[in-house]
Amino acid sequence: MSININRYKCGYCGACVGVCPKGALELVETWIEVDESVCIVCGICDRICPVGAIEVMK
Amino acid sequence: MKDRYDVLVIGAGPAGSIAAKTAAEKGLDVLLIEKRQEIGDPVRCAEGVNKEYLKKHVEIDKQWICADLKGSYIFSPDGTRIEMAEEISGGEVGYVLERKVFDRALAEQAAAVGAEVRVKTRATGLIIEDDFVKGARLMHLGKEYEVRASIVIGADGVESKVGRWAGIDTALKPIDIETCAQYLIAGADVNQEYCEFYIGNEVAPGGYVWVFPKGEGKANVGIGILGSKMGKFKPRPVDYLNDFLQKRFPDARIVEMVFGGVPVSGSIEKTSANGLMLVGDAARQSDPITGGGILNAMDAGKLAGEAAYAAISAGDVSLGKLEEEYEKKWRATVGHEIDMSLIVKNCFINLTDADLDSLAHSLKDVKFERMSLLDLLQALFKANKKLLWDLRVLFKDAAKEVIKNRT
Repeated sequence: MSININRYKCGYCGACVGVCPKGALELVETWIEVDESVCIVCGICDRICPVGAIEVMK
Repeated sequence: MKDRYDVLVIGAGPAGSIAAKTAAEKGLDVLLIEKRQEIGDPVRCAEGVNKEYLKKHVEIDKQWICADLKGSYIFSPDGTRIEMAEEISGGEVGYVLERKVFDRALAEQAAAVGAEVRVKTRATGLIIEDDFVKGARLMHLGKEYEVRASIVIGADGVESKVGRWAGIDTALKPIDIETCAQYLIAGADVNQEYCEFYIGNEVAPGGYVWVFPKGEGKANVGIGILGSKMGKFKPRPVDYLNDFLQKRFPDARIVEMVFGGVPVSGSIEKTSANGLMLVGDAARQSDPITGGGILNAMDAGKLAGEAAYAAISAGDVSLGKLEEEYEKKWRATVGHEIDMSLIVKNCFINLTDADLDSLAHSLKDVKFERMSLLDLLQALFKANKKLLWDLRVLFKDAAKEVIKNRT
């Protein structure tokens, strides 16, 4: 299980942070930080990203 | 940066800056922080606002107005055009702003009346003691600080963490968010006096495409798709946008890209806690139909600034006091509007393209310069009886309006 964020593709909009049910993501300036100890790999961030910069693999 | 203030505002968008300005004007000691190094940039907005409404909050400055609009056109899936004059188009047209300049001007106004402003300063957590929010831990240029405040105002946008830290669940479900992509285009033939909206499941499932003129031949062309209509293997907003651009403005040059998420959840259960208030997108106060949020954010920011003053003056910053001073007031105004919009949104997202076309055909003949809610309801009845039944809650408002017009 893993969550990969393609930071070359990411538009740093914060939509993924807003939908994360666990608050595992954070937008810091132009990058997304993932707290993997909290992430439950639900994939909502992957589904919601307007550019497809997030890949969640279960 | 001191280690104690009356009010700490987290996030320098329109909600945070107005809250900071309002509180500082009343003589409170205010710190306004912004995690990014530039206020207002990157923009995550289509930048349209209603003129009259904006004037309630600020003096208009030409420096941040890009386009002054006459009205808007809505295009149904089969291309039927409905024209709406500016005064009845709702809260989202009038001016198209330059948010990079506008947001900074609002923060400067807060600073001018005494608020301290710190950019590149991020909140990393709240200080909570005896079940009261007492301040926040901040990081500025890699160094950590503890700042205490009688009241913390969370204005940290769609990606808000402040509420969550205080135990308020602000997580948006996919059906509660429009996920958006936008290009600022140049070199295309754009009507600079009208906004355009394109609806339909083919162009924008559960959302719409917008074209907002930005002056000098430029325009914000963007799209919002409802999160629940998206999926890993479905096209993304950016894909829909590329298709639209190819068809509508094939010669356009893209000079800026913007992405964003807009809360369309309607009002959430709670936006206050002991020593804490949430405002703007952090409080999910944007309009569920249009996605517009600037003016609601400014209204809520003002109410929160006033509430902070009232609560601190009374020596009572408890949830009960903030509910009375802030929560009740915003729910009666901004909250009522967005809850009505949520009802309409929930009806509209289930309409087929044929339904939307039939609706557009019956609205085409309505004289929109003088449109009242009652006219709109009659037109809806003609187009789709079920829709009218689904929207029956709005009748109460229509009835009120009719009574108001008679007196």
